[in-house]
This record gives sequence, structure tokens and C-alpha cells, in this order.
Amino acid sequence: MIPSTFSYKRAGSAEEALDFVASYGEDAKFLAGGHSLLPLMKLRLAAPEVIIDLGGLSELSYITDQGSYVAIGALTRHHDVEHSELLGRQVPLLAHAAGQVGDPQIRHRGTIGGSIAHADPASDLPAVLLALNATIVARGAGGSREIPIGEFFQGLFETALEPDELLTEIQVPKPASGAWAFQKFTQRAIDWAIVGCAVTDGHVALVNMGGTPLRAVGVEAALAAGASPAEAAARAAEGTSAADDIRATRAYREHLARVLVSRALTEAKSRS
Amino acid sequence: MKVDLTVNGQDITADVEDRMLLVHFLRDVADLTATNVGCDTTSCGACTVLLDGESVKSCTVLAAQASGHEITTVEGLARDGEMHPVQRAFHEEHGLQCGFCTPGMVMAIVSLLKENPHPTEEQVRTGLEGNLCRCTGYHNIVRAALAAAEMPGQVPA
Repeated sequence: MIPSTFSYKRAGSAEEALDFVASYGEDAKFLAGGHSLLPLMKLRLAAPEVIIDLGGLSELSYITDQGSYVAIGALTRHHDVEHSELLGRQVPLLAHAAGQVGDPQIRHRGTIGGSIAHADPASDLPAVLLALNATIVARGAGGSREIPIGEFFQGLFETALEPDELLTEIQVPKPASGAWAFQKFTQRAIDWAIVGCAVTDGHVALVNMGGTPLRAVGVEAALAAGASPAEAAARAAEGTSAADDIRATRAYREHLARVLVSRALTEAKSRS
Repeated sequence: MKVDLTVNGQDITADVEDRMLLVHFLRDVADLTATNVGCDTTSCGACTVLLDGESVKSCTVLAAQASGHEITTVEGLARDGEMHPVQRAFHEEHGLQCGFCTPGMVMAIVSLLKENPHPTEEQVRTGLEGNLCRCTGYHNIVRAALAAAEMPGQVPA
């Protein structure tokens, strides 16, 4: 399968990337690792006229300690998040979850910023960063702005990013406790999760239970009221709108959400 | 557009379509046909090659993205007529049946052993989760990876 024709531009800096998108407008698409966008282009589900390759922007590949939070450059690859000693110590949930994305080859190419900007509700890291209450930094012609992750995902593949904005950094607050867990259910390692679940500090976020990653509000309320993991997990499907598709029915996804949340809460509790 | 890749140590410059995939560049431009197109959907790993020494699926990389970078295919592993230890281990452990997944399996294992020179069996199995063998010959593939890890000089120069 071959993508439809497009014009390839390689950005040498974030400024040049923004200049390109200013000149080509909505016909252009940023390409980071390409492991979400290129498969869609090969299936002709996406057909941008201009591809702006960000792969050369090593300035946006970093993981640094900023005191109360860890700053991660948007072009940091899953492989580097997985093996970061700093994240392993300060935000082990994120390092662990990055190591569960796809397979080693995918993790050598895919980036955290690309995954977030693509906003596939079946991807692991959007839900993990939602549980972690991350802040997204976007740069546009007028400068940078910060977007709380709770306002970032607006719908299926839709985010708060303007067409001429570039996601540059993800700021991850250091969790207060070591009570974390990540659970997902896939048919094959390389598949997207049928359902997944991230738990940290009493925050619970769900993968693939609606058009965006979702906080499991019923579970969080139950936990805050002192419920046991099993009692809280029974409310995992509240407020969700999981799809019925070739891989699973909605009822099966709701069942899986309850099971995985229960396992994750138990696992997180055992770490705390 | 003009792309310039180093493939198995050789500089290759070519004028290609912007949309050309790396796997097609390797097979059709560089004339290196060991790298197979399997599923063509980033799933099966048959097209795995090394990009700057790390395994990637070449059906999901543009030739343009790889311009300026180093690619190694299975044809580039042997040295002075001697098979690479991972190739030798596949031979000795009967790590292939039909052979279609083999070039990708070998490159995935070369990358895996570079990151983790002495993996456990479980780490090999997890490390190969991006490569499918439709003959289901996984036991001998895993044996070959473990045998290669014990051979001297397993990391390519």
C-alpha cells in the first residue's frame, strides 16, 4: 500500500516547522515518528498534501527534571521514555506504559508528542497522561501556551491544538504516591488496547472507552468516599461510551473496564 | 526528491517520489530484496531493518525520513564471507521453516541483543512481539536468539 501523493518538507527547527505550516495551512500535516499517521495515509484514510517532517528536531527530544514536574520534549520516542532513569524513578507509570506501546520497532520510531497529538482514544499514552494530570505545551506563531490535559482531547482524533500550532512539550507532575498501575487487554501485542486503564494517586483513566481517553469519574468518587478496589471498580463503565466494533461489543468493553480497573486498583494499592 | 542513504555501508543517492516507503527503496532502488513486505501494516515485522542501528519496520518509514541515515539489512550482516552470529544461530538451531519472516526476525534479534546482550528466554519472547512467524516456528527462533547471545562477537562492528 502506498500513500497518495504529497509533498515532503523536512523542518530543520521548530521555527521552520511553524513557517511551513503557516505557508501550507490546513493542507499540511506534521509527521513525528509517523507510526500513527503513515498507516492511515497508506490506507488512504488520511491524504495530506504536504508532510512536514519533524524527525530532525533533536531540540524537542529531551526528558528533564523541573522540580515539581518532569518536562518531556514532544519528539521523545517511546523507547527513550521507557528507558529513562529519571522517569523510572519519578514517574514509573509513564515509563512502564511507554514500554507497553506496540512493539520494540514501533517504540524506536513513535513519539510521545505524536501519540498525544494524534489523539486516538485507543492509544495508551493519552489516558496515562490524563491520569497523571499532565500539561501540554503548544507553540504557534504568537508564542507558547499551556493546555491542561483535561481540556486537550476534544473528540475522536480531535485536540485543542490549532492547525498552525506545534505540540512541543509535555509536563508531567511528579505523583505524590507510588500507588500506580497500568493494565490493558489486547489480542496481540501490537494491537491497540481493546480496553486499558491507568491508575495513579487515586486518579483513574480509561483507554478506548469513548471518543477520547476518559477519567473514570464513578470510580474516583467511590475511592474518595473510601470504597474498596472491588466496590470502586464496579463503577468503571459509568459515563463511558465505548464502541461496538469488530474486536469487541460495548458490553464486553464495559465488563473489561470493570475487571481491569479492579486489577489496577489492587496492583496500585500493593505498591503504595 | 533526492534522497541519500547509507545502506549496508554503501552510499546510495537516488531521485524518488516523496511518498516512497523505505522498504520499496531497499527492494526496488537499492536492489536488496531480502527484506520482505509482509502485512504492510506495521504488524508482522517481516520488513524489519536497522535504522542507525535500531530495529524499525521499513513499511512504515518513508525513504525521505531515512535520508541522511544508515540502514542495515540482512544482506549487510555477514563479514568477509562469514555469517553473522545471529544468522549462524538460525542455521544451527533450525530457526526457520518457510523463511519469509527470517530476514525481519534476524534484524529484530540483532537489535534486541545490542540493547540486551544476554536476555532471558522471556525477554527474547517479549522482544520479538513485533515479529510474526506464520509457520509458528517460534521455539527454534527463540533458541536461535539465545544461542546467538552466547556466541563471541554477536554485536556487529
